[in-house]
Amino acid sequence: MLQYLLRRLLGMIPILFIVTIIVFLFVHLIPGDAARLVAGPDANKETIELVRKDLGLDKPIHEQYFTFIGNLLKGDLGTSLKTHKPVFDELAGRFIPTFWLTFWSMLWACIVGILIGIVSAVKRNKWQDYTGMLIAVVGISIPSFWLGLLLMQLFSVKLGWLPTGGLEDWRGYILPSITLGTGVAAIIARFSRSSLMDVLKEDYIRTGRAKGFAENSLVKRHAIKNAMIPVITMTGLQFGFLLGGSVVTETVFSFPGLGRLLIDAIATRDYPIIQAEILLFSVEFILINLVVDLMYGFLNPQIRYS
Amino acid sequence: MVSKLLEVTDLETHFISDDATVKAVDNVSFYINNAETLGIVGESGCGKSVTSLSIMRLLKNTPGKIVGGEITFLDQNLLNLSEKEMRAVRGNQIAMIFQEPMTSLNPVYKIGRQIEEGIRLHLKLDKAAAKARALEMLELVGIPRAKDILNEYPYQLSGGMRQRVMIAMAMSCVPKLLIADEPTTALDVTIQAQILDLMRDLRKNSDTSILMITHDLGVVAEMCDRVIVMYAGQIVEEASVLELFENPQHPYTKGLINSIPKLGNYTERLDSIPGNVPTPENMPTGCRFAPRCSFVMKQCLSEAPMLKGVQENHSCRCWLSEVEKND
Repeated sequence: MLQYLLRRLLGMIPILFIVTIIVFLFVHLIPGDAARLVAGPDANKETIELVRKDLGLDKPIHEQYFTFIGNLLKGDLGTSLKTHKPVFDELAGRFIPTFWLTFWSMLWACIVGILIGIVSAVKRNKWQDYTGMLIAVVGISIPSFWLGLLLMQLFSVKLGWLPTGGLEDWRGYILPSITLGTGVAAIIARFSRSSLMDVLKEDYIRTGRAKGFAENSLVKRHAIKNAMIPVITMTGLQFGFLLGGSVVTETVFSFPGLGRLLIDAIATRDYPIIQAEILLFSVEFILINLVVDLMYGFLNPQIRYS
Repeated sequence: MVSKLLEVTDLETHFISDDATVKAVDNVSFYINNAETLGIVGESGCGKSVTSLSIMRLLKNTPGKIVGGEITFLDQNLLNLSEKEMRAVRGNQIAMIFQEPMTSLNPVYKIGRQIEEGIRLHLKLDKAAAKARALEMLELVGIPRAKDILNEYPYQLSGGMRQRVMIAMAMSCVPKLLIADEPTTALDVTIQAQILDLMRDLRKNSDTSILMITHDLGVVAEMCDRVIVMYAGQIVEEASVLELFENPQHPYTKGLINSIPKLGNYTERLDSIPGNVPTPENMPTGCRFAPRCSFVMKQCLSEAPMLKGVQENHSCRCWLSEVEKND
């Protein structure tokens, strides 16, 4: 187990190396001149060149990459071109809110989604199933910016219970979490339903029925654990996506998270921020994949021992 | 005294879909005595598995529905029991083993747990006692290292071992009737023989009756006391094993027996029954076997024969045997 973990962590290194190259190249492919942006609209040619030299943007691209990777290894992600603060600080300040937003969104989405999925699968083609799947279709179809605005209209403007945006205290999490989690809950519901329905067709469920178990206890004892294996993969992916920061939801609620930071950084060609954020996103994804794989081991003994 | 343990009377199980109703089991009647092994033989799709699932009332998750008949087991009609009462019968008084040992055990739980749960459910034993019983059963079915196997997962066992586990599980609550649905079909020939030996021993040492469902006449010859031959949802012949092999009456039964390869009989091709089982949409109006029968007569095409006794304890559904009787 420990050996496996170590092997997987070591395996991350080449992946991350490739990710840095891709990220670096991508960022430099974005049209627009960072030096010009930093120098400001009124700067003359000499100033722009001076800024370019100062930023190291005049050097060949591979040298720029080596500088970038060298600094990265020292834990230095550079400084923001816009605010001139260290990128690390900028990101750290935004990561925590996004993390909690993701956490709460995923938590309720998993609970509600899996419950709807199980009820729908067990009561397939009955009203419970139709209701559950109707909710799921609506949840998937509804655009998050619109749902966000509706919630805001109701709970913030009309009822005045919750803030319209920002993050002053824990109440700032509620509406964005609902907005962000709705789509995920719907996907999880549909996924759990189909997965559980497949499992309920398995031979070992028939064995359980032949042993005299009631349908409900069969679902609890024999089906759910098997049915959750694919659901976990999907949930892990969703978690990864949300951790990158949801651009739309964060913008609607003026939420100080990674998503808005990224959009602002792209608008101002703030290369170091973009680079660091995509890198962070990749690391998160790789780590989540690892967690998903470890959870497989808990659910499926065959994976655990091989 | 020989008494009937199970009696199926005029069982009708239909598969109902939007377009059509398929009579998967059509007016089937048979019985099993105490401590007897009854075989049901037939090709795929002849209704033998549906018959067994009907007895267990496990058709809920299929389009199948029992529309008529009676299934009398220990003097009660199983079709009148509530679902809860039926659950107390399943796995307890009637146990079942299936064709696919590879997939019939839950891959994510240990063998021990899977055997123990049925024991705890029906025999109401505590955890330790159930474990002891599970161990005893594994040893009974000839599993080496039984104690370790309790803590292993299904994927760590071979197909034959898994089928032994299934048998241990089925026998753990000392059922009156064991339904074995093609228990050896998915196994290697040598393993098949071992499993059949095991089942015969279990039969000998307990008074459990066995309903053996198979397409393999070899298995029937090895295991059964009496046989029912099914074709297209109906019983076409019923006899004791010796009688059936010595004096088969129905052309279908004869075809099945002739298609067993024989040693020392060097023909180019094996005998086979031409054609296929008729699909429900084009079920013949007369005898259902008529389109494939080499002895077909005019009468066969227009009138359906009834199952009639040709001798004591031997009945057959064929016009031919009636003609012979009249001669």
